[in-house]
Amino acid sequence: MTDLTALTIAEARDQLKAKAITATELTGAYIQAIENANEALNAYVVTTPEKALDMAKASDARLAAGNAGALEGIPLGIKDLFGTEGVHTQACSHILDGFKPHYESTVTANLWADGAVMLGKLNMDEFAMGSSNESSYYGPVKNPWRAKGSNTDLVPGGSSGGSATAVAARLCAGATATDTGGSIRQPAAFTGTVGIKPTYGRCSRWGIVAFASSLDQAGPIARDVRDAAILLKSMASVDAKDTTSVDIAVPDYEAAIGKPLAGLKIGIPKEYRVDGMPEEIEKLWQQGIAWLKDAGASIVDISLPHTKYALPAYYIVAPAEASSNLARYDGVRYGLRVPGRDIVDMYEKTRATGFGDEVKRRIMIGTYVLSAGYYDAYYLQAQKVRTLIKKDFEDVFHAGVDAILTPATPSAAFGIADQDMSADPVKMYLNDIFTVTVNMAGLPGIAVPAGLDTRGLPLGLQLIGRPFDEETLFQTAHVIEQAAGKFNAPKWW
Amino acid sequence: MSVDISTVKRVAHLARIAVSEDDATRMTGQLNAILGFVEQLNEVNVEGVEPMTSVTPMAMKKRQDQVNDGDKAADIVANAPIHEENFFVVPKVVE
Repeated sequence: MTDLTALTIAEARDQLKAKAITATELTGAYIQAIENANEALNAYVVTTPEKALDMAKASDARLAAGNAGALEGIPLGIKDLFGTEGVHTQACSHILDGFKPHYESTVTANLWADGAVMLGKLNMDEFAMGSSNESSYYGPVKNPWRAKGSNTDLVPGGSSGGSATAVAARLCAGATATDTGGSIRQPAAFTGTVGIKPTYGRCSRWGIVAFASSLDQAGPIARDVRDAAILLKSMASVDAKDTTSVDIAVPDYEAAIGKPLAGLKIGIPKEYRVDGMPEEIEKLWQQGIAWLKDAGASIVDISLPHTKYALPAYYIVAPAEASSNLARYDGVRYGLRVPGRDIVDMYEKTRATGFGDEVKRRIMIGTYVLSAGYYDAYYLQAQKVRTLIKKDFEDVFHAGVDAILTPATPSAAFGIADQDMSADPVKMYLNDIFTVTVNMAGLPGIAVPAGLDTRGLPLGLQLIGRPFDEETLFQTAHVIEQAAGKFNAPKWW
Repeated sequence: MSVDISTVKRVAHLARIAVSEDDATRMTGQLNAILGFVEQLNEVNVEGVEPMTSVTPMAMKKRQDQVNDGDKAADIVANAPIHEENFFVVPKVVE
């Protein structure tokens, strides 16, 4: 029998419907793959094999009865940020020790309603704060990719590092992820996978551990563009429990794949050419432009003048929102409690023990920029700059641009415990320089693998779309995927 | 703008995070690096620009003023480190 974990979601779906394979067999193959690989890669923090097999059995019954859902029998990994009823949900933080919610997030509930199977919870940066998955309480995740002829372990990116590694190493058919500043797209680019952050409001945030509520969005990481389209269709919904979720019908994203690009106008923003960017990334970008031109799109140079201010504005807005959202971890209602001599001492000791360094840094920055006397200088200024960043995009879309093509990241994956990055938090933050603008403006963005660098590591391109026009992103990303081919990490684990 | 160690300790207390002298020294350097990075926002002319309140132009949805959920006290306290009869237990706060 062929390796069932090699099937894409679309292929598995067809074979399940044709009764060539069963959901139980497919799930069993993934459980075995995780067992063999997880010690080396550390992608899952918890596996739920019994639950997975129960769900697969129920899927087989529905397949036999002819009432299969859109994701019937498809085994998925779930980022630890999503509330899953009765199952470990700790945002990979020590402070949520032992937390098992009595509810299910809307996004995961949507997936289970469509027949998907849960394999377990995936590693991530603590509270989704990080770009390397090294801030996880459960230790770093390894990227299945290594440079040619090298045994050096590389990061999978972050914060959705477990999701990206699990998809790239075939430890799930697809994974949920979240993106506040690039946490879906950067790890996708580092692992040769496809990741889409949909428009703010497309997926419900209900039941997802909050980081920065005006920026957070859920989305999938998948092996190819089609699989990402299939997953997003199931994840997205309007939800009475999230007032920022938007009441617009969810289109059939898969139907956009394969449509010709003729008539589409693709913008190339000059501000995304940054100092110190490797030549290979510039070359890849030019290659992407050529592919889209060949496919019939017209290419226009555009300017997004406030691009360079997106990252500094983000590092005021996101920590400010985080300091407020994370105030709830006080040792009273859930998770870790460290006793103290009075209640304030108990709060302070609990939070000092429970939060890691990066989370503490961001809470401190957020508390500082919101404190009396600094609010106007920092927070208000950043929110005004944010208005200008969004206006840059509105202007180019208004001028007829349908989508914007940029590099996804300023480099390929770097080493675990990289000296430069650990010495200077700002260096780590620069990973998100191309992705963070999209969150600041609430737009959809997709990262699609476009090639390998000279060391044999994957590089991605990013497409940014109009609000709620994920269809154009799938349509265009698919053209890049067709031209570039797909990339699989040689197995060493 | 930059912070000194006494500001870092004050902010840590506001954020309810215990810090040692060493922590505070280390954090002072790191926070100043981040504050130095965000300083460049001051060069942007924001005259007449409204601060963003929502990325999507939308009126906030309001639900009916009706009870539609509840009676879940046991679920709510289930994850508490210490609870008794549907109450969260905390150290004494009133003498």
